[in-house]
Amino acid sequence: MAGAPNQASLVERLVFRGTRIAALVILVVLVAPMIVIVPLSLTSGTLLIYPLPGLSGRWYEEFFTERLWVQATWNSVLIAVPTTVLATTLGTFAALGLNRLRSRLVPAVAVFLITPLIVPVIIYAVSAFYFYSRLGIVGTYPGLIFGHTALAIPFVVVTVNATLKNFDANLLRAALVLGATPRQAFARVTLPLILPGVLSGGLFAFITSFDELILTLFVASPEQRTLPRQLWSGVQETINPTIAAAAVVLMLVSVLVMLLAEWLRRQGRRIQGKQ
Amino acid sequence: MERADRRRELVGWLLVAPSLLFMAFFFAVPIGAFLLRSVDNTDLVGAMPRTMAEIGGWNGQDLPDESLFMALGEDFTALPDITAAASLGRRLNHNLTGYRSLVMRTFTGLRRHEGPLGREALIAIDKRWSDPAHWRVIQQERSWLTPLYLLASLDLERGPEGIRTIPPERRLFVDLLVRTAWISIAVTLLCLVLGFPLAYVMASSGPRLSSWMLVLVLLPFWTSLLVRTTAWIVLLQRNGLVNQVLERLGLIDAPLTLIYNRLGVYIAMTHVLLPFLVLPLYSVMKGVGGDLTRAAAGLGAPPSTVFRRVYLPQVMPGIIAGCSLVFVLALGYYITPALVGGPRDQMIAHFIAYFTSTSVNWGMAASLAGILLLMVVVLYAALARLVGLDRLKAR
Repeated sequence: MAGAPNQASLVERLVFRGTRIAALVILVVLVAPMIVIVPLSLTSGTLLIYPLPGLSGRWYEEFFTERLWVQATWNSVLIAVPTTVLATTLGTFAALGLNRLRSRLVPAVAVFLITPLIVPVIIYAVSAFYFYSRLGIVGTYPGLIFGHTALAIPFVVVTVNATLKNFDANLLRAALVLGATPRQAFARVTLPLILPGVLSGGLFAFITSFDELILTLFVASPEQRTLPRQLWSGVQETINPTIAAAAVVLMLVSVLVMLLAEWLRRQGRRIQGKQ
Repeated sequence: MERADRRRELVGWLLVAPSLLFMAFFFAVPIGAFLLRSVDNTDLVGAMPRTMAEIGGWNGQDLPDESLFMALGEDFTALPDITAAASLGRRLNHNLTGYRSLVMRTFTGLRRHEGPLGREALIAIDKRWSDPAHWRVIQQERSWLTPLYLLASLDLERGPEGIRTIPPERRLFVDLLVRTAWISIAVTLLCLVLGFPLAYVMASSGPRLSSWMLVLVLLPFWTSLLVRTTAWIVLLQRNGLVNQVLERLGLIDAPLTLIYNRLGVYIAMTHVLLPFLVLPLYSVMKGVGGDLTRAAAGLGAPPSTVFRRVYLPQVMPGIIAGCSLVFVLALGYYITPALVGGPRDQMIAHFIAYFTSTSVNWGMAASLAGILLLMVVVLYAALARLVGLDRLKAR
């Protein structure tokens, strides 16, 4: 009686300790590939190997001056910004509408609007190539913007919808009772409260387009080469440090967007928490 | 009041309509139109209208009679240019190898041919027209819809006595489907084995530590899959860091081949998909209080029993959700296997891309896409059902 519980707790402790160590190792492996590539992009040599012969910014210089990479960066921005605006507008309207509707069709509509999250992108990409070429928009900026927007809308709908679920409808009723017109109530009460949700939806839309590769592979012509598209051909040709620099730039954009989204989430909680 | 309600609904629909129309036009309709190509036979039937009208009456055994030869000759002469002939040849070649050259030779032969069209003329141009097998192909494909591609993507074909499997040396796609499923299962299991302890420790740590760990999981989650795959290529290459470290430690003498093979695919895909398992599992584990496990332990259950009988059932919804998500995402993977896999490690998505851009065979591309989509939709439906049932039980 005296020995058994002790033994059990020793095993238990060992298992617990082992699990913690395993988790730590897994966490390190999860992040390591992205950390390891950062110093490599700063190498003064021409190979992506450790130990570094020295540090230098030459590969970033190449990234920011070489025509192909500069053009690719511009293209990514030129496509991601309109996509963000379009997807955020359409998605926010849709989320507001879904929240208003009492129709029995609402679940079906909601599922339809998030299907791009379910359908494998490769299927959408080849379908878009097939259908957009009939519309004459393969190899054009609008073709890519529309294509990316369809992929981005679900993220906006989901994010804004989540914000609206937490939204206290009494505030809107109070504004209306106090004599605000519906338009005023929307502009002064609803909008400020859901704004953090709308903006983080926009961030999702931006990063969806900025990182998108598969649709771009099929719908873009060389003229619309985006950063991921350029990185894709770079990786298949030669692995050189410019590629590492490009990867780090893409990663930094993602980290920035992630931090902004997290900040917005906290802002949103604070604003809604005040009620 | 009723009028206000109706107005409310109207405004709601007006708000939803732009997205709905946009998604229908730029997403749903393209996919629908593309998937229809898997059974579409209009290119063939449209190119040979006279032959297709005649051939239904042929018995399929003897040499066709003069009028059918005439019809075929007229159809071939009516082809606008050599490109049309080439695409007709390519189309018929999907049914029977060698048809491409037959069509091309007949097309160019008829251009030079003078005098009456018909049996004699066509057989003079190419003797294969005296073989009923070539006519049977046309007879078989006379409908506007064809099962050819869907059957072919399951290594099946239509023979004289119905559907049969194709000869073993030409089989490819069942193997591909099995490989795709197997890689996805292996990656799912790897993610579960790695993700479970991680999610568990995250959920059982203090709020500060756990939010830091969450940031470290979210970081790869937000980073593009292409960037992460690139990082793995750098790490796993012949003189990459992993090989360097292993050599330095004296574990290996010569660099291992860690990439452009199945191992590379498993490593990179597991890394890319791990957050999709950890995040849902973590959120379920966080919701599970320690009350029940403590109660079970207090009542004398040994830790392994507590884990198996009390803890595991409580977190099962998270395991199911995470595993299904990883599995379904893995099924459609394209970029990662393309970059870190060898030719024998490519999954179904690779062949969809191949048939679209390299061999331009819309029928095969659409059939494989249809099969992939069917698998994904069935799995999601099953998951929704399962999670739905679970909720019912909880109530």
